Amino acid sequence: MVRIAAFFVGLGFAGILLIALIFGLVEYVKEPPTPTAEHEFHKHPKELSLASNGPFGKFDRQQLQRGFQVYKEVCAACHGMNLVSFRDLAALGYEEPEIKKIASDWAIEVPSVNPDTGEAMTRKAIASDRFPDPYPNETAARAANNNALPPDLSLIVKAREGGAAYLYSLLTGYSNQPAELVKEFPASKTGPGLYYNPYFANLNIAMPPPLTSDGQVTFADGTPGTLDQAAKDVSAFLVWTAEPKLENRHRTGLAVLVFLLIATILGYLSYRNIWAEAKRKVAPKGPLDPEHMAHREHAKDEAGGIAG
Amino acid sequence: MSFAWAKPYQPKSELGRWFDDRLPLPRLVYGAVGGGYPVPRNLNYAWNFGVLSGIFLTIQIVTGIVLAMHYYASADGAFNSVEHIMRDVNAGWMLRYAHANGASFFFIVVYIHIFRGLFYGSYKAPRELIWMLGLVIYLLMMATAFMGYVLPWGQMSYWGAQVITGFFSAIPLVGEPIRVWLLGGFVPDQAALTRFFSLHYLMPFVIAGVVILHIWSLHIPGSGNPTGVDVRNEQDTLPFHPFYTAKDGWFVGLFLMLYCAVLFFAPNALGHPDNYIPANPLATPAHIVPEWYFLPFYAILKAFTLDFILPAKLWGVLAMFGSILLLFFLPWLDRSPVRSGHYRPVFKRFYLLLIVDVLILGWAGGATPTAAVVAISQLASAYYFAHFLIILPLISKFERPMPLPSSISASVLHGEKQESAPYGLTKTAPVAAE
Repeated sequence: MVRIAAFFVGLGFAGILLIALIFGLVEYVKEPPTPTAEHEFHKHPKELSLASNGPFGKFDRQQLQRGFQVYKEVCAACHGMNLVSFRDLAALGYEEPEIKKIASDWAIEVPSVNPDTGEAMTRKAIASDRFPDPYPNETAARAANNNALPPDLSLIVKAREGGAAYLYSLLTGYSNQPAELVKEFPASKTGPGLYYNPYFANLNIAMPPPLTSDGQVTFADGTPGTLDQAAKDVSAFLVWTAEPKLENRHRTGLAVLVFLLIATILGYLSYRNIWAEAKRKVAPKGPLDPEHMAHREHAKDEAGGIAG
Repeated sequence: MSFAWAKPYQPKSELGRWFDDRLPLPRLVYGAVGGGYPVPRNLNYAWNFGVLSGIFLTIQIVTGIVLAMHYYASADGAFNSVEHIMRDVNAGWMLRYAHANGASFFFIVVYIHIFRGLFYGSYKAPRELIWMLGLVIYLLMMATAFMGYVLPWGQMSYWGAQVITGFFSAIPLVGEPIRVWLLGGFVPDQAALTRFFSLHYLMPFVIAGVVILHIWSLHIPGSGNPTGVDVRNEQDTLPFHPFYTAKDGWFVGLFLMLYCAVLFFAPNALGHPDNYIPANPLATPAHIVPEWYFLPFYAILKAFTLDFILPAKLWGVLAMFGSILLLFFLPWLDRSPVRSGHYRPVFKRFYLLLIVDVLILGWAGGATPTAAVVAISQLASAYYFAHFLIILPLISKFERPMPLPSSISASVLHGEKQESAPYGLTKTAPVAAE
């Protein structure tokens, strides 16, 4: 009964799927899907090798400081980082007075309340503040950016497919729209207020090119401030903001794996030791082998026969 | 417990006897996972995944309880509280990654456990209830995992909750009211988040309860084995402790290494980047996908594209739930008296086909639904249903199984090297003992 019912249920589901398949194929033949500009012109991120990559990766603090400088001088005008505090910069090698100075010099002030009148005001940032949002709210942010919302950058590396390599590619990937694209897909022409970038999912991004030329940033440590270098460094910095505990994680992971390896080897040896006897017992010609047992019985019988 | 020769618990100390006389808890443990549980001596490593499932349930409960001390289920604060755990709580990043990847590994282990059962006929008499209780655990796991994925309140959390609760609205007439009732609102919001958190905390303990029933019912007939032949006498078995505790012990170590390698060196590999964006009811992600362990079912759901009598969405939902529910009937669909797939030449081929089919479904569930992907998932879904509901009953009717060994110890006797391979099927000659 169960099997008869099952047969018809199975036939039903499989049948409907096959009918849907046929309809789908007919549709496909009648109206083959047209290729899209995204499909043909979208590029995968470039390779980006950072010191923090790989299982033993560590941050290059010099690079993170340069990246922070890029964030401060370029990105911070539009993007906040509401999960990172000024005092977290200590992890990049900044001393406490430096951090205090960075906070109080920060171009954007922190919303506060006037202690005398209770009115809304802003004050200079202090070390325990998060990196402030440049806009008071989403409406203000959109109004200032052609209706696009600049995302918070704290987690951006983990929130985008491709991570830091994608960011680096995006920052260095701005170009003029290829003529073939416009010829092939006239509807996909980059609109006003948008910028062509083949690394962006739909090819047209609302963010104007933030890094436009070499020398835009003059690094304090003397590294040449090329566009490529600035893009690389800020991507490395944003790896840190997204995963500040990365080095700790790598170090702990290594220790855990070494511990488990030793434990597993010891466990395996004791397993072999415990099973050695049990395996010998059932080996051919071992005490449990039926042939061997028959022999023994036979020998016993013979011995008994002689005695009797 | 299960066999006449099972050793009874003998307290080794005065205190042990005192305790055992008043509360025979040590006796229970000894009979369940100690020297008092005789286990077939020929188990292969596929049998290690039951214990491993228990390990991962424990990891999930322990890490989850600590995470709950730092998480708060508020639509405004949940996302930031997770980041607070990642950044400010001592070793919080480790707890959260252990929990998120622990869920994935729990499913990996359980899937291997289920497919071991499918191959070795573990669902057959007298183990039907063990199988069905296992499926109940699996369903509870799916519910728990889904609700847990909603808690960080990222984009995929939010839109995943939208899609999955949306299944209920496919039910005619009462569907939409049920959905609203389950969510406590028209869209996922504070009410949904709070109740998901509450249930996510409750469910693992329900799972633990069903696990006890699962193990209890296992200890009545005892464990199955790769030959599928019943245990006949003491020679066929070894006490669970120390033999299988030792075998499980080192294998657990090996598997934990794999888990820790992912946890510490690629903790986000199995997740989705969109879940690091705070939930935004106004911005739908380009491509909503569930966690990897649901992808085969997601592919089945999406394979129904045709309004045939019923709306396509309802067909999809029915088929998706049906694809799991049909497993409850497996003991009656597969009537072959031979348990082990080793002795079933036709079954074995279709079993391999099923594994390939489920892998294809998993891939199709996660791929961008182009015409080709939809067509492939339709074929693969059709095979999934045909396999269990049509092919399996037919095989068990017409297949001619190979001869079974006379006993477990006879099957083991052809040498140490081939111990776990079935008797009479090894290609090499038995190794002579020294």
